[in-house]
Amino acid sequence: MIEAALVLGGIGFLAALGLGAASIKFHVETDPRVEEVAEALPGVNCGACGLTGCNALAEAIVAGGALPNACIPGGEDVSKNIATIMGLDAEKAEKFIAVLHCKGVHGKAIDKGQYLGIPDCRAAALVLSSPKGCNYGCMGLGTCERSCPFDAIHMGDKGIAVVDAEACTGCGSCVRACPKSILDLRPLSMNVHIRCNSPLSGKQIKALCSVGCIGCGRCEKICPVEAISMSRGLAIIDAEKCVDCGMCAQVCPTSNIDDALAPRRDLLIEEEKCIGCTKCAKVCPVDAIEGEKKEVHKIHQEKCIGCQRCVQVCPVDAVMLGAERPKPGAKKKTSEAATDG
Amino acid sequence: MTELALLFVASVLVNNFVLSRFLGICPFLGVSKKTETALGMGFAVVFVMCVASIVTWFIQRYLLYPLGLGYLQTIAFILVIASLVQLVEMVVQKVSPALYQALGIFLPLITTNCAVLGVAVLNIQKDYGFVETVVFSVGAALGFTLAIVLFAGLRERLDLSDVPKAFEGTAIALVTAGLLSLAFMGFAGLAK
Repeated sequence: MIEAALVLGGIGFLAALGLGAASIKFHVETDPRVEEVAEALPGVNCGACGLTGCNALAEAIVAGGALPNACIPGGEDVSKNIATIMGLDAEKAEKFIAVLHCKGVHGKAIDKGQYLGIPDCRAAALVLSSPKGCNYGCMGLGTCERSCPFDAIHMGDKGIAVVDAEACTGCGSCVRACPKSILDLRPLSMNVHIRCNSPLSGKQIKALCSVGCIGCGRCEKICPVEAISMSRGLAIIDAEKCVDCGMCAQVCPTSNIDDALAPRRDLLIEEEKCIGCTKCAKVCPVDAIEGEKKEVHKIHQEKCIGCQRCVQVCPVDAVMLGAERPKPGAKKKTSEAATDG
Repeated sequence: MTELALLFVASVLVNNFVLSRFLGICPFLGVSKKTETALGMGFAVVFVMCVASIVTWFIQRYLLYPLGLGYLQTIAFILVIASLVQLVEMVVQKVSPALYQALGIFLPLITTNCAVLGVAVLNIQKDYGFVETVVFSVGAALGFTLAIVLFAGLRERLDLSDVPKAFEGTAIALVTAGLLSLAFMGFAGLAK
């Protein structure tokens, strides 16, 4: 017993001595920042940055191949920490979340038949393309739910995936898992989304789903900033151009376009509360807020689109929600009726 | 002398560690995508195998047998091999960072390369003397290098050829490895 321990211990001790000497002789200087950056990253190895894991990203950041804000799930805090380590200014990384471009819940979208095979979207997609009538819609079998490392996407009881905007980190795992490519990453600040992915013609879609995009083009016409384009009978919002005014959602005949802020309301600044910090004027996407520094600000109602970004930034809660805004279509009709009469 | 030459040829060709004994398949498949990397891996294994065999032979002969500790063979050998691999890793990282990158995880994995432990254990089992041990280990290591470099060359050519979709990648690599092994069976009977 003692001999065995001594022999093994002796061999181990000699090997350790040798290795210790070798590690001094063959010491390689590595960048200590790699370890620090790896420490600052979340460490979930989700792959959203496009690299194999958090360590690979840390090496890429230190080598200059990736920006400090490359980690999407880490968000602002992580990118700030990394920027401090690297001695750079953190560029604010916009947070993205997954958005499902389908609204075809049970009752709105018809089924081809009942699918009884393996409960996985990728398997179901091999059978007649989809159990749903529409081959482009969400099959609701939960492949995205199982792929999500943050438990942020769930199959509701209505048969389509529902994204939990608070839990979603925008890592894109579900986007890669979805065999129908219905999921997409969109900026969290965007409230307006087209919820259809089908390029079919209006007639074909109406036969399959009552809430699909029929390609009528009304949203394209009403958009004040030309952010909507029609591609093969499907409207697509350019997130770069969109100012989030929600007018497209109001004119959509099949209510396919979702507006998280609907119904939009007038916004008013309470004069007693306003301290003239100019924060609201800076954040307004349509320059509807006017006012000198340290003076009471005013919102021009004809310019205001009701996006409520000023409500979020106001430090003294001076921006109040007012009455519901009239629909742009409805307003036009009444004025026409008046001139006709 | 003739016996030693025969032992050498037998360990390189006839009883090739990868293609006849099927030891060390992991790096054989893992690091055989490029000839240069395969050569680097081969020489790392040559070093580890030769030094490990010699050190383990001495440990077995002058330490374990006299003390009646033959049952410690495996663990003592693994200890030696692991330390040597660590040493190789440090040296490679210092001398050739490019090779270090290319070998990646397979460098520390030489520790668990069964061919290395296989040689060390076979030396003891066959009761080889010191010179025989050295000849056998050098032969075995060169045989490993030969196999991996040949295979890497084949795979480089495979990359350029039109492989049916179902066989692409690892599948055709395994088929090729099988054929290479069959080819080496032609040496059977040349020497014991």
